[in-house]
Amino acid sequence: MSILKRVIFFALLVGLWELLYKCGIWPEYVLPSPVTVCKTLIRGFHDKTFLYGIAISMKRIAIGYGLSIITGIFLGLLIGRIRICEETLGTLVSGLQTLPTICWLPLSLLWFGLNDKAIIFLVYMGAVLSITIATESGVKSVPPLYVRAAKTMGAKGWKLYFEVIIPSSLPHIITGMKQGWAYAWRSLMAGELLIVGLGLGHLLMVGRELNDMSQVIAVMIVIIVIGIIVDRLFFIKVEQRIRERWGLAKG
Amino acid sequence: MVTESVGIGNIMDVEDVKVKSRAQTSVDGIMPKLRIQHVSKSFQSKHGLTYVLEDINLEIQPGEFVCIVGPSGCGKTTLLNIVAGLEKADKGEIWANGSKVNGAGTDRVVIFQEAALFPWLSVVKNVEFGLKLKGIGSRERREMALEYLKMVHLSKFQHAHVHELSGGMKQRVAIARALAMNPEMLLMDEPFSALDAQTRWILHYELQNIWMKTKKTIMFITHNIREAVCLADRIILLSTTPGRIKCEFFVELPRPRDDNDVNVAEYSTRIMKELKSEINKVVKCEMDTDSCVECDIKCTTEEPAKTDIGGGI
Repeated sequence: MSILKRVIFFALLVGLWELLYKCGIWPEYVLPSPVTVCKTLIRGFHDKTFLYGIAISMKRIAIGYGLSIITGIFLGLLIGRIRICEETLGTLVSGLQTLPTICWLPLSLLWFGLNDKAIIFLVYMGAVLSITIATESGVKSVPPLYVRAAKTMGAKGWKLYFEVIIPSSLPHIITGMKQGWAYAWRSLMAGELLIVGLGLGHLLMVGRELNDMSQVIAVMIVIIVIGIIVDRLFFIKVEQRIRERWGLAKG
Repeated sequence: MVTESVGIGNIMDVEDVKVKSRAQTSVDGIMPKLRIQHVSKSFQSKHGLTYVLEDINLEIQPGEFVCIVGPSGCGKTTLLNIVAGLEKADKGEIWANGSKVNGAGTDRVVIFQEAALFPWLSVVKNVEFGLKLKGIGSRERREMALEYLKMVHLSKFQHAHVHELSGGMKQRVAIARALAMNPEMLLMDEPFSALDAQTRWILHYELQNIWMKTKKTIMFITHNIREAVCLADRIILLSTTPGRIKCEFFVELPRPRDDNDVNVAEYSTRIMKELKSEINKVVKCEMDTDSCVECDIKCTTEEPAKTDIGGGI
């Protein structure tokens, strides 16, 4: 039923769009018809330009986001467990968190030049801080009882981290990863719009340069759909599993 | 009833008991499983230094079931934590299995008031936890875990999530998890105090059976005297602020004992009288100065009611 409701809602939305187009208030290059956009979408996938764009963007985000998960969790553990790191690194991280990711662009360009590395760096900076902060709060909310119980069963050193502290803070880490993904995706698009070099953001800019509004809208739809797919298929599933395990949600 | 007279007759004076146990160890040369020597512990609080434990000396023999009883705040849990190696004593030494305790160790597994099961693991994986840390292979440790789950009658729930279990079941999983480690001794910190009376009754029975089967040395902390009488070979009564060993009792009733047994009730009453003065001290400490009436009420309500005694089997 909920799917049906959604289908009807979006069909109505597209209908309204078509209606506005039919009224002819705005010219075609300002508001293309849904049919044209659909055709552009099909053409884009058919001649593989969209597919290449998606592949290139995904590669960048996979590297940047992957690195940010590894370092974010590591930094979070350090800050959450070691007093001196909390007082030093912790302050730095919460300070940097207030800086919008796009502010790293000039620095990134000067360090890496106009290339992939600069975009990956932006993606990385977008995600790493929120993952760090979420991991830190997860580590701090590990019930001390778990640690004590694990210690009496012989958990020490890195085993204590891998067997107790990380699993116990997993709900927080996943929330941080989800937020980090949203930031990473945004910074990726910003980077690709401003730094030339293929990718979905670049396709958007090509649309603008060619005055091809249907391509602009088509690429925007692709970006939204990918965002939804990752959120629904990955994060929501994982979160639900964790909630079931922890007994936070019934049924 | 024969047991009744035996039971009451066995409440001895502290001095007698000490002499007896010391003599035993020296003659037989049996090494005690646990030796607590001159342990003291204090905490810094707002009102200055508070002595929680003062010069505790205690020996626990292999296979002995010892309950430590005392009013709240007498340092029972602190003592257990020190024995477990989770806290450090200010003074004194702990010797377990002939070696000095220096931090937590797998020979002394603790069962806490809350089960402390890990919610990210299924029931059987929780039981496997310690075995995995020991580096035992996955098939072997699964077999061992299932064996101990069977001992606490929870084989059916091996794949359940932790939150699906009731409080009593959780505590049984915790017992299985501790036993699976095959520790030299079990340290139990008020493990049943958060459970309802029926569940506690069942678990008292089950724990006694497990103890008789495995012959583990058990140090059990509780504030419930009835529970202590029901479970222990020997009851150590701690006084409060500072915690000192006030006296000890030997319980020589046949096992498995029942919470509502006449003899158990009788014993509890005797011990309760000893504890009364300590409870008065707590009341004076924690309540307003004019609360003597309240303390009397508190003492009488915790004494076993007459009707209870009749319920013995």
